[in-house]
Amino acid sequence: MERRLKSTKMPKIDLKNLTITKAHAAMNAGDFSAVELAQAYLDSAAAKNSGANGGPGINAYLEIYDDVIEQAKEADARFKAKKATLLTGIPFAIKDNILIKSRVASAASKMLEKYHAVYDATVIEKLKKEGVVFIGRANMDEFAMGGSTENSAFGVTKNPHDTTRVAGGSSGGSAAAVAMDGALVALGSDTGGSIRQPASFCGLVGLKPTYGAVSRNGVMAMGSSLDQIGPFAKTVTDAEIIFNAIRGLDPLDSTTISDKTYSPKKSDAGAGTKPVIGVPRHFLGGDGIDKTVLENFNESLEKLKKLGYEIRDIELPNIGYSLAVYYIVMPAEVSSNLSRFDGVKYGLHVDGKTGIDDYFETRAAGFGREVRRRILLGTYVLSSGYYDAYYNRANAVRRIITEDFNKAFEKVDIIVTPTTPAPAFKIGEKTADPVAMYLEDIFTVTANLTGMPAMTVPSGFSEVAGGAKLPLGFQMTARHGDEATLFEVGKDFMDESNSTI
Amino acid sequence: MSATKITEKDIENLANLARIKVDAAEKTQLVKEIDSILAYVDTIKKASIGESAAEDRVGAVKNVAHPDDARALSHEDRERILVEVPDREGDFVAVKKIL
Repeated sequence: MERRLKSTKMPKIDLKNLTITKAHAAMNAGDFSAVELAQAYLDSAAAKNSGANGGPGINAYLEIYDDVIEQAKEADARFKAKKATLLTGIPFAIKDNILIKSRVASAASKMLEKYHAVYDATVIEKLKKEGVVFIGRANMDEFAMGGSTENSAFGVTKNPHDTTRVAGGSSGGSAAAVAMDGALVALGSDTGGSIRQPASFCGLVGLKPTYGAVSRNGVMAMGSSLDQIGPFAKTVTDAEIIFNAIRGLDPLDSTTISDKTYSPKKSDAGAGTKPVIGVPRHFLGGDGIDKTVLENFNESLEKLKKLGYEIRDIELPNIGYSLAVYYIVMPAEVSSNLSRFDGVKYGLHVDGKTGIDDYFETRAAGFGREVRRRILLGTYVLSSGYYDAYYNRANAVRRIITEDFNKAFEKVDIIVTPTTPAPAFKIGEKTADPVAMYLEDIFTVTANLTGMPAMTVPSGFSEVAGGAKLPLGFQMTARHGDEATLFEVGKDFMDESNSTI
Repeated sequence: MSATKITEKDIENLANLARIKVDAAEKTQLVKEIDSILAYVDTIKKASIGESAAEDRVGAVKNVAHPDDARALSHEDRERILVEVPDREGDFVAVKKIL
């Protein structure tokens, strides 16, 4: 009998167009295995992450794990045992401020360069139960502070669409990892836009869930009243799958909410028909907004109109204060949260003359410039004499901004803006001027201040001199607890209406 | 309402409170940067927050208490924590003499 040689050739996997649902179906049908899928991403990540051998040096990953194939083998075993879920074998990049037990979690800081996590974050525990494959830990702005990943202690992450530009931040590594096909999907954290802005710069879907929807246990705290964890994906459907896998009440994070916490009700006009879209036109006229961004935004509105949506102008009278409020509340929380890094219990320790000198030396050597700046700013706004004028006043304004949104949501179901005022900027372009960098967050911080869910979806490209096509994003914000409407409109917008989970 | 002006002395005080050593060159830089940030965030002073909002304080949400249970830790997990301590003496965290 003629023996056929077993083919050792790897199946060709179309990573560019792969989604969770497609990958799951293919692994289920045996078209490719989890090991083969992981290997395809490892090969792609290896080729693009470093600058060696003529690679583009995207620097999305601070570390690519050496046990990826072993993880994938376990996933294959689950498929064999018919115990696979939708996420089994799906390759993830994980932002470096999310703890995975026994692995390094550095938050891209010298402070934690050699720190090994002692437990799994709740989101990681949940993903491990599903049998996902962790490809590596993704680069970020140090302790999630920044909008360009230029504040990483371990080098900037380049934008896969144009390597002279930033990938955005602070979750720039997570976004670039997915955009360069170094992972199918990723997790990031969003304190003022840190998922949505890099997702927009890299042409991806990025979701900041409702405050409390996803547990932050095991995620390094930055601004505790603002932080949320969320997914990066190529489709709204994939983002929804990940959100459903990681959300839920957690006794280890007392800010988590249950499905009953909010019961979002559609506006009268939106009930029974398509959700009504609200546009805060008065907030889009600033001269800091790129012309191509506005054009693209108007095209997106036209697209929604053609899909049968009603578009209404709305007023958010205090939205103009959002960024100022954010840059008071956030540094205040940063200065409190980062006081734990004292060189005593874990992380970097630099010896000084006395015990108290140890703190000064350790914190000066361990924290980068932006982190030090925000700690000092936070210390200032919380100091006696300024507390009322800054911190308390900011919180009062934060409340009226939230009230404005609640009021607007009586008439509309989704509020839309561009995700960013301009496409990805050049590496180094804004590093000298912190306020210019902060203005990047103008459209994204409001969702963190109000706690409402917001999602960016890719909406086209801006062509810049030199011929590069830079992705643009369209941001949708919904009522507290109403991610469902974001997914509904997002899928419609992305023409995914026929996708089923 | 004049814009707040930060001095090098202020930066020194803040750095002292925040337990961060700041050298002379950075101090000059920080005066400039924090000044420009404060000039920007000062715009919230123009917001009309009304009577009730002025009384608003943080922390009015609700308090959630954890059950006061001791959790058993495996030897491995205990070691995992201790191995991260920069200066360790046996099962103790070593620190410099204070008095």
